[in-house]
Amino acid sequence: MKTIAIIGAGPAGIEAASILAAKEETEILLFEKSASTLDNLRDKAFLFPDFSAADDLVEILEAKLNRDNIKLLSGKEVKSVTEQDGGWQLQDAEGTSYTADAVLMTTGYKVFDAHRKEELGYGIYPGVITSIDMEKKIKEGKVLNAVGDTPKKIVFLQCVGSRDEKSGNHYCSKVCCVTAVKQAIELRKLLPEVETYIFYMDLRMWGGGFEEMYRESQEKYGVRYVRGRISEAASTYDGKIQIKSEDTLVGLPLKMSADLLVLMVGMEPSEGTKMLTRQCNCADSYGFATTMNPHLRDNETAQPGLFVAGSCKRPMSLNDTLTDARSAVVKIAEYLR
Amino acid sequence: MRNLKFGFAISTPRSINMDVADNRLLKQLEAEVPSFKRCMNCGACSATCSARQFTDYNIRRIHSLFRMQQYQDLEKELRPCMLCGKCTLVCPRGVNLRSMIMNMKKILTDPKRKDNE
Ligand SMILES: Cc1cc2nc3c(=O)[nH]c(=O)nc-3n(C[C@H](O)[C@H](O)[C@H](O)COP(=O)(O)OP(=O)(O)OC[C@H]3O[C@@H](n4cnc5c(N)ncnc54)[C@H](O)[C@@H]3O)c2cc1C
Ligand code: SF4
Ligand code: SF4
Ligand code: SF4
Repeated sequence: MKTIAIIGAGPAGIEAASILAAKEETEILLFEKSASTLDNLRDKAFLFPDFSAADDLVEILEAKLNRDNIKLLSGKEVKSVTEQDGGWQLQDAEGTSYTADAVLMTTGYKVFDAHRKEELGYGIYPGVITSIDMEKKIKEGKVLNAVGDTPKKIVFLQCVGSRDEKSGNHYCSKVCCVTAVKQAIELRKLLPEVETYIFYMDLRMWGGGFEEMYRESQEKYGVRYVRGRISEAASTYDGKIQIKSEDTLVGLPLKMSADLLVLMVGMEPSEGTKMLTRQCNCADSYGFATTMNPHLRDNETAQPGLFVAGSCKRPMSLNDTLTDARSAVVKIAEYLR
Repeated sequence: MRNLKFGFAISTPRSINMDVADNRLLKQLEAEVPSFKRCMNCGACSATCSARQFTDYNIRRIHSLFRMQQYQDLEKELRPCMLCGKCTLVCPRGVNLRSMIMNMKKILTDPKRKDNE
């Protein structure tokens, strides 16, 4: 009997658990610090690139856990992971110990805290919200401005907390460009009269179908794009948000007032990711997990038997996360053979 | 507020001929201010710039013109800058714009200026 401990019941952890559990003589301990699984999916309405309902994917992934040899330990936060006599020992927040033959870390990400960009007014002006707040509004099917009216103009700002020396994050978060396109399209479906503007520095449409979404957003949904970073946001007397930017393609300063300013917050390593990568000596300068080799050994850490998958490694979309979890499974099976 | 035009209009070249461009001043500036190279042309500096509020002064374009080795009239173009440093505070790539501006001025007004002008 082999025991595999998986830390984090997000998409990566669940996908890996369900495939590993198909093998006989295997027991999976799936730790999840939250009371529920898949928290980072449950607040989403529709997913890029196919606009499928996030709730449907949640249901499919949850069903994969219905196996006797998967023990879901929800509400159990793993606090330490240590190697012991060729095996692994884990400890949860209550101090209970568990042993395992191999460990897979799938502790994921958290979103950048927009309060840290004070000049953009999050937490100061109610008209400034994050992409997560917007996702929840779209999910409820009710998008209102700060004073409870139907918004007429909504502005998105890319790269909040990513590609930003001031936030300490040099990397690109990968999901926010296409998420803004997705949300702008959804808003135009929901409120056909609303004007949507996306302020970008570079539009990164790297995934299959992304560029087509961008094109469709212009052609079919009339989403407008402005190349420039918003440097400041302030409130007007009537509760609107006034932004200051430059249209860098025209080369002129630009002012605009909007009902809502949506900050496209980036991805950072979750607290669990930061804590455990530091403990296991596999943290990069941000606290994401590093691997042996980006091409051939991208699920292995320097410690044999300790594997990593998903967005605890770097910002990653869902399909990349799920593929990465499956690739980790191959490496774990090789290791335990 | 309307833009009052008591600054200098940037005399943009009609075309950029990289075959005759002289990169010596650029290399000198990059050596003095290494962060100069990191600009991604986002426009945060020019959006927040104090001088920009009243003149046609555009620090992002001056950066770009220098990068493309188009130095003509740049020294004059730089004059509205009051060296307040706001641009440096907002730059997401950590470009030291204030130091860049001072070094540009120094390089452009150097009596032993290294280019052909
Ligand atoms: C605004 C936004 C919109 C997005 N929209 C899309 C989309 O439309 N389509 C798409 O493909 N992708 C989208 N993504 C990306 C998607 O959310 C991620 O790819 C995916 O959630 C990553 O899964 P994961 O399993 O790696 O990590 P997570 O989803 O973060 O899961 C990690 C889990 O580990 C748990 N955990 C952490 N530490 C511990 C610990 N110490 N002990 C126990 N448990 C722990 C956490 O509670 C969490 O449940 C979006 C991301 C953002 C920010
Ligand atoms: S995906 Fe787009 S918005 Fe997000 S950090 Fe990268 S460039 Fe910026
Ligand atoms: S230092 Fe000069 S360029 Fe920078 S914000 Fe102030 S006036 Fe503008
Ligand atoms: S703020 Fe920085 S990166 Fe952006 S245009 Fe100005 S110098 Fe370049």
